[in-house]
Amino acid sequence: MRFIFKTDYHQDIRLAPHSGHVFWYGLLLALVIAAPFALDEYYVGQLTQVGIMAIAGVGLMVLTGYTGLVSLGHAAFFGVGAYAEAVLLGLGVPFFVTMPAAAVSAAAVGIIVGIPALRLAGIYLAIATFAFALIVEEIMGRWESVTNGYTGLLVPSIDIGDFSLSSGLPFYFLTMAILVLVILLVLNLLRAPTGRAMVAIRDSEISAQSMGVNLAVVKTTAFAVSAGITGLAGALFAHKLGFLSPESFTILQSIELLVLVIVGGIGSLHGAVFGAIFVLALPQALAIMKDHLPPAIGEQPGFEPLIFGLILIFFILFEPFGIYGRWLKVKLYFQLFPLYKKATFKRQKSYMKSERLR
Amino acid sequence: MTFFRVENLAIHFGGVKAVDGVTFEIARGEVFTIIGPNGAGKTTIFNLISRIYDSTEGTITFRDQDITRAAPHRIAGLGIARTFQNIELFETATVLQNLLIGRHAHSRSNVFSEALFLPSVRRAEFAHREKVEEVIDFLNLAHYRDQMIMNLPYGVRKVVELARALCTEPELLLLDEPSSGLNVEETQDVSFWIEDIKKDLGITVLMVEHDMGLVNEVSDRVLVLNYGRVLAEGSPQDVQRDPEVIRAYLGG
Ligand SMILES: Nc1ncnc2c1ncn2[C@@H]1O[C@H](COP(=O)(O)OP(=O)(O)OP(=O)(O)O)[C@@H](O)[C@H]1O
Ligand SMILES: [Mg+2]
Repeated sequence: MRFIFKTDYHQDIRLAPHSGHVFWYGLLLALVIAAPFALDEYYVGQLTQVGIMAIAGVGLMVLTGYTGLVSLGHAAFFGVGAYAEAVLLGLGVPFFVTMPAAAVSAAAVGIIVGIPALRLAGIYLAIATFAFALIVEEIMGRWESVTNGYTGLLVPSIDIGDFSLSSGLPFYFLTMAILVLVILLVLNLLRAPTGRAMVAIRDSEISAQSMGVNLAVVKTTAFAVSAGITGLAGALFAHKLGFLSPESFTILQSIELLVLVIVGGIGSLHGAVFGAIFVLALPQALAIMKDHLPPAIGEQPGFEPLIFGLILIFFILFEPFGIYGRWLKVKLYFQLFPLYKKATFKRQKSYMKSERLR
Repeated sequence: MTFFRVENLAIHFGGVKAVDGVTFEIARGEVFTIIGPNGAGKTTIFNLISRIYDSTEGTITFRDQDITRAAPHRIAGLGIARTFQNIELFETATVLQNLLIGRHAHSRSNVFSEALFLPSVRRAEFAHREKVEEVIDFLNLAHYRDQMIMNLPYGVRKVVELARALCTEPELLLLDEPSSGLNVEETQDVSFWIEDIKKDLGITVLMVEHDMGLVNEVSDRVLVLNYGRVLAEGSPQDVQRDPEVIRAYLGG
């Protein structure tokens, strides 16, 4: 087992608290850079998709995982980002302006939703954000002069000379670079007063307020940051799709994002990445599984959503800290090897059970 | 100058007059204790001062400033900190993180500079950390610094909550039953700490407490509350001799 001796305050503030972190994350980064050269095109596309979902997941994690506000409407921010990207590119605005603009427009929409949502919590907030997402979906369908409605909107590709940034390898690297950037920005926020205030609100609004946290400001900020990041993911997703229609941004996608953060591990950025891998790998695994199941089960309509739902319930009941939480337990088991006690995590678990989705 | 004054304070919940025309004044440097039977309205007075509730009537004055309608999140910055009767800590965070939130009222950075962790943010974090370490030393919490609140025993949590309140650098500290749920030794510690908070840190204390031993040890003045009304006020000894107070406590 490892003991970490601390000699100055920097060690608690640094992003990578000890050399082990530097090594493992360095290795991961090297793998991410090397991977596309070793894999064929299909898998590069899949990894890009994981990156996009992970960015959106980080966005929702800020709101649901760290601030404790459940949103069932994040597909709306995803959609706003995607449409902003497509429309602005269509107007001839360069991509290094359109992407930030997509994030900013989604953040602005986030603020508009956030303000009336200040008085709501738990299931009521989930319902309100759900209703909001339906409104946005409707607007995307009806505002034909801009979105082209249900006919759909072609997403212009990003071309620099003969070189296309919006597909293949370059798009993979663009996505991963944005993912790393977003994770770093959120990590910074989390070690600063705003991030701490978010966690404080999640755990006890009353005492957060008594410590000087302005609930309205911090919650609205959380909405804006969360929506902005998800909007940025939406902008990338627009290129992945190539063609936008309101049907790409439905409640199912909002639920998928919520599954992502809960299964990945609520309240951790690792969780957002694990969750993204999960929600993309699961349908593939199911497709393979289907071939081996009797047709009476495998061919049932709704087979996939059913499995999704079961897994979500399983995680909420038995693994409230998600895949990342399970990983921490396995790690702890090996660190403490002969000494691991089953009860080490028990207390946390019973806490999460009663307080979850408050 | 009026340091702290509550005048004719009242709040009604439907028909329940939880606090009903309470007036008292606290001088700087005092330890002022409110006692009274269960449901007398003690915690409600704290909630009125920290602006969780809106009073039906009356005024609250702190350092000559009327704070009766101040925004709840401004109270800490003005110099009033509190603890809660049923500990309200941030359970999924470490002791250190909890104490750093105590510094929130003193932070001036915005989201953008924080997201980039600009040098100004880093400097501020250091200053906050130094203040937090002072409090950790003061209350002997070094051993628990990196532990999650949910893994700590009750007694330690109470100390952490006191520490978090001290991190806001208050001038007036509200303690709601600091000794409830503590054993004899821990209660003795609380008594020493309150003395130190008053003498070394120069903080004025407004306390609600049931343990009469502790009340007698640390209080300069005591106010007795019953059914939301003031029954008596004076030194701990005087108050306990008051026939009205004896009647309220013994029934009859
Ligand atoms: N939010 C509220 N809504 C309705 N009634 C309330 C509310 N808060 C307090 N009360 C009532 O006000 C009265 C005083 O409660 P308070 O919590 O202030 O008592 P207390 O003196 O702190 O008692 P204890 O010693 O048990 O802590 C009680 O009758 C309580 O039921
Ligand atoms: Mg009380």
